[in-house]
Amino acid sequence: MIQTKNLVKTFIDGDKQTTVLKGIDFRAESGEFIAIMGRSGAGKSTFMYQMSLLDQPTEGEIILNNISTKGMTEDEKGQFRLNELGYVFQDYALLPDLTALENVALPLLMLKIPKQKAYEMATASLERIGLEKKINNLPSQLSGGEQQRVSISRAVAHSPKILFADEPTANLDHESSNKVMEIFKELHKQGQTIIMVTHEEEYGRMAERIVRLDDGRIIS
Amino acid sequence: MLDHIKIGFFLANRQVRRASKWTTGLIIFVMVLTFLNLTVVSGVLVGLIESSIKAQRQYYTSDVLLSTPDKKEYIENTSNIIEMIKSLPEMQMYSPRYSESGTIEANFKENTKATDKEMSGVVFTGIDPDVENKLTGISKFIIEGSYLNADDFDQVLIGSLFVKKYSPVEAAGFTALNVKAGDKIRITVNGISREMTVKGIVKSKVNEVSTRVYLPEKQFRGLIGRDDYNVDDIAIKLKDGADPLVVKEALIRAGAGDYAKIQTYEDAQPKFLKDIKDTFALLGNMISSIGLVVASITIFIVIFINAITRRKFIGIMKGIGIHGNVIEISYVFQSMFYAICGSFIGLLILYGFLIPFIDAHPIDFPFSDGILVATVSGTGIRIGLLIFATLIAGYIPARMIVRKNTLDAILGR
Ligand SMILES: Nc1ncnc2c1ncn2[C@@H]1O[C@H](COP(=O)(O)OP(=O)(O)O)[C@@H](O)[C@H]1O
Ligand SMILES: [Mg+2]
Repeated sequence: MIQTKNLVKTFIDGDKQTTVLKGIDFRAESGEFIAIMGRSGAGKSTFMYQMSLLDQPTEGEIILNNISTKGMTEDEKGQFRLNELGYVFQDYALLPDLTALENVALPLLMLKIPKQKAYEMATASLERIGLEKKINNLPSQLSGGEQQRVSISRAVAHSPKILFADEPTANLDHESSNKVMEIFKELHKQGQTIIMVTHEEEYGRMAERIVRLDDGRIIS
Repeated sequence: MLDHIKIGFFLANRQVRRASKWTTGLIIFVMVLTFLNLTVVSGVLVGLIESSIKAQRQYYTSDVLLSTPDKKEYIENTSNIIEMIKSLPEMQMYSPRYSESGTIEANFKENTKATDKEMSGVVFTGIDPDVENKLTGISKFIIEGSYLNADDFDQVLIGSLFVKKYSPVEAAGFTALNVKAGDKIRITVNGISREMTVKGIVKSKVNEVSTRVYLPEKQFRGLIGRDDYNVDDIAIKLKDGADPLVVKEALIRAGAGDYAKIQTYEDAQPKFLKDIKDTFALLGNMISSIGLVVASITIFIVIFINAITRRKFIGIMKGIGIHGNVIEISYVFQSMFYAICGSFIGLLILYGFLIPFIDAHPIDFPFSDGILVATVSGTGIRIGLLIFATLIAGYIPARMIVRKNTLDAILGR
């Protein structure tokens, strides 16, 4: 469960102030698959960064699983992200020195899962998305679609409470995008809470619920 | 924390492994140079003096030196003292030496006018040529003519500092003469003047050796009227492993101290050598410190640039919940890798090549044959310092970048 109350984000750059999120009240229940949609510049990414604790809102509150995240230190937020959240970036954001398997295993190792177990879990996770043949490839040896699938594997390997994905298909061709969306649907079937930003109606309709954002406000 | 170290090591390992071989090679090369700068510069400075001290011991004082006490003419009661020396279990051999000051004059037939005289005050030393040579190997320093025999009569060896050809710049208190082996010179000692032949010229970097004029003791004793066989100094060489200090104390206990000044080779070192040794060690350490600073700055820049160019990935790691410590540790491991590789290669070069090479081909300094001194403990300390310095130099820039805002790093803002 995630809830935001009157979420405001204002950027201050010299004398210029830009309020990008203008008081967002939002709630997603466990197991929901939500698509956040809206035109470019509406504040979708900014909203995602607040919810995933990558950024600090100017005003308002974020409640994750009935725990208020207000007043958490950076380290605590990091620990929370590690334990409870998964994040898929538009540009995959894989670590270039690590193989696909190592990329997926890294957060598991950080969670103090023993090395062998972590690698088993990572392998299983990569098998589920059909990349079992490429687990030892470096990101540079994978296509964009494959990299994004590794990125999803990494985000869900530790079974997070909530999976965030910010335009996961924006850089992909149609076929790869479909594969990625199939994975999300499958994850959702297994009970994974997903909050995904997309600007493609086709993919938005695959979610249970669409939340439309415009000019920093939820309009529907 | 142990997990953090393990994961940090894992990340460092992957980064180093996937880094460009050229960059890695270059950084390690700089570390090798730094290591050599740390060890070789001070090692040569210390080695300069060390070899001078070694030569002093080998060619002049030997392990224990008995000499004429202040205010005495010679070692009285020499025969008793020699008996004591002979009874020392540690004694390997000894060489008694007579000495007396006097003058030598070259070209005395040609230079008749008093103002033209080529004359120099000298210390004559009467030696048993065979014994002295066995003890110090002095004969290998003959650069012209040949060494003395015990039965030579009216034949002398001259130290090179009295010979113009070998000491073009006159040292204070010495007058260099135009002589060569085979020339006749006139010596004056104990009121007696005699014409003698220069049998050879001896040149050593040990001043005591090349500032003397040597005669066989048989004739010299007669010249200076030492019928009692009392000598001026006795150099004692000990068996391998014997402690000169123990021998010195044994001699003092036996009463030899009443007749002779007893010194270990260390006591007998000129004070200036000790002072220079300390000064050079300090100087070497200062130069080493600069080397250490340069190494630290190098590592700092390397890690800083590395971390800056990987800022996005550092952000991503933090974004997915990898603790900042882990990332910092990974950079510390990376810089340690460079320092350890550099030190290791440096060690191979130092002990595998430089030290044996310089031992075989000493550096030719005016007052010693410079060797390279690098003690295991000294080198160990330097490696420790180098690793410590790079550790800090790797940690600081990593920390600077890791502490930056995570989202800014990910988005490249
Ligand atoms: N750090 C920032 N400083 C100032 N303005 C920003 C910053 N980040 C985003 N914005 C602005 O906020 C608005 C929303 O951005 P974003 O959340 O990325 O939109 P979306 O993801 O919906 O396209 C944009 O107008 C953008 O220019
Ligand atoms: Mg966006």
